Amino acid sequence: MNIHEYQGKSILESFGVSIQRGKVADTPEAAHAAAMDLTKETGTEWFVLKAQIHAGGRGKGVVTETGSHGVVLAKGLDEVKGKAEGILGGHLVTAQTNDQGKQVHKILIAEDVYYPGDSEPEEYYMSVLLDRATGKNIIMYSPEGGMDIEAVAEKTPHLIFKEEVDPAVGLQGFQSRRIAFNLGLSGQGFKQMVKFSQALYAAYLGCDAAMFEINPVLKTSDDKIIAVDSKVSLDDNALFRHKDYATMRDTSEEDATEVEADEAGLNYVKLDGNVGCMVNGAGLAMATMDIIKLSGGEPANFLDVGGTADAARVEKAFRIILKDPSVKAILVNIFGGIVRCDRVAQGVVDAYKNMGNVDVPIIVRLQGTNAVEAKQIIDDSGLEVRSAILLKEAADAVADVLA
Amino acid sequence: MSVLVNRDSKIIVQGFTGGEGTFHAGQMMEYGTNVVGGVTPGKGGQTHLDRPVFNTVSEAVAATGADVSIVFVPPAFAADALMEAADAGIKVIVAITEGIPVADMVKVKAYIDQRDCTLIGPNCPGIITAGQAKVGIMPGFIFEPGVVGIVSKSGTLTYEAVDQCTKAGLGQTTAIGIGGDPIIGTTTKEAVQLLMADDETKGIVMIGEIGGDLEVQAARWIQENGTKPVVGFIAGVTAPKGRTMGHAGAIVSGEDESAEAKKRVMRECGIHVVDSPADIGSKMAEVLAGVTA
Repeated sequence: MNIHEYQGKSILESFGVSIQRGKVADTPEAAHAAAMDLTKETGTEWFVLKAQIHAGGRGKGVVTETGSHGVVLAKGLDEVKGKAEGILGGHLVTAQTNDQGKQVHKILIAEDVYYPGDSEPEEYYMSVLLDRATGKNIIMYSPEGGMDIEAVAEKTPHLIFKEEVDPAVGLQGFQSRRIAFNLGLSGQGFKQMVKFSQALYAAYLGCDAAMFEINPVLKTSDDKIIAVDSKVSLDDNALFRHKDYATMRDTSEEDATEVEADEAGLNYVKLDGNVGCMVNGAGLAMATMDIIKLSGGEPANFLDVGGTADAARVEKAFRIILKDPSVKAILVNIFGGIVRCDRVAQGVVDAYKNMGNVDVPIIVRLQGTNAVEAKQIIDDSGLEVRSAILLKEAADAVADVLA
Repeated sequence: MSVLVNRDSKIIVQGFTGGEGTFHAGQMMEYGTNVVGGVTPGKGGQTHLDRPVFNTVSEAVAATGADVSIVFVPPAFAADALMEAADAGIKVIVAITEGIPVADMVKVKAYIDQRDCTLIGPNCPGIITAGQAKVGIMPGFIFEPGVVGIVSKSGTLTYEAVDQCTKAGLGQTTAIGIGGDPIIGTTTKEAVQLLMADDETKGIVMIGEIGGDLEVQAARWIQENGTKPVVGFIAGVTAPKGRTMGHAGAIVSGEDESAEAKKRVMRECGIHVVDSPADIGSKMAEVLAGVTA
């Protein structure tokens, strides 16, 4: 589950990671009030306004309606309201969004941390993630902070460092010291960075994160180390241990149909094609999408109905697929192992009748337990449904209806 | 010969008395699998499905000599159950449970790596040696004893490949469902190595999907060490980058994790890659006919 920057920072702070402080607001007036409070608490006189959307590249991104960037600096309280108006409610287009962009419902008003002082501020990059190849967590970091890390990896790979964590003992002190040395720190900044990486890793484990990316991590002019941005993704499978995080989900960031499918227990991902599909099992679902492509179509979705494909679920799945006006045909592909195909076939027939007018051709391929009986049920139903048993037959039928 | 499990394997079921455990243990026994008992903490001493129930895996091993365990324990307690099995000396641990937190599996993997046992899964359909032992949730009736070994990340897509091999008259030796999670015990390469060393297996079907680099590792090993033909399929050519497609591990994070990239490497390594999953069985038949001719 992805969460917003302000939510990620609140989690980091709860585990003792020092962050750039800020307050969230959903109207220009609230932004002004938040800025006033923030000055009282932190003494900051300048403010950074940051659009809260689930996508990176906000600083360079542009709000379609106003031309404002997604991250702007207000040099004084009097500028906050006007600059907030330029972002809130608009659609922010960044390198990571589509052309429509994402509507901004909230902004974070953050303290200015680039104030002048005894030393120059320095930006670093740090992330924590799972290395799938080893099954161990790693901390990846670089002195090249504040820029696109993929570009750094390409141009200056020697400036990206990795620290692998032994699951039995956790992140050790020598590892945190190595991180701070490799980042070129000394004195107070060094001490603070050792503390920072320790707290960051503790937070990663403590909140059951799937990924942390802090870009930039900042050394301030007075040698504090703080997280200026936070990209935090949580492990969905571990949310049962963190009931309080469940409320951080922002469904407005997700496709509305995907949210509806999720509530019905269907695993659905919307795609841009013209042939819908309904399949049991994730691997077979992906393979079915690939077959649609090989047959001359483009998959309109990924949909795993799971192990119980009864009439109610099948109907819900049909309704969800048909919400997409570009769907010109639907391929149902069920391999009945424990589920019996004749039950699924009856489910398809009942769902079809319940829905009344289905005006796109449907191809139903049922294989496995009672496949022959299932085909009979479909063929006898008198409905405009084509049946198949072999995968090849189903592929041919798709090519046929698209022709 | 066969790999991992056979008719002499002594199998216990962890999470034996729960709904899933009860149903699938029953199906396994119906297939002829040698299920010798089960474990449900607090229910030791009872009898379930005519088999003894134990409080701990150690007790079950001491009483029955069990060497294989299949785990249906719910996600919140699954990691603990897997480590208990390893601690008790179980040699092959099959984790069916879907939805185990990644942080838990990081610990389990480190724990298992230090012990003399093999973990299959989690989030997998299990293992079956056709005609001998079904330690999983796959439909038994589609399998026929034969010559093809199957390695796959997916459940129903495995059944598809099995069914095609059966219909092509080839049958199967052992099918290993390694699971679709980001962290799994036995990798594609390790499963392929087991089947490569098995005398009865004449050809191998390797089914993968987007995400990670397990198939690429396996392909490189096959290029250097392969002694039998391998037919490969990778699901997800049409999957968009950055989206999780059902399985927690099925996500394209970088270019080399895409289906096309994996297929390219597999072809370079001499694997017979099919673009359509409908062609797995016929390709294997064709390749094996070429080998014997």
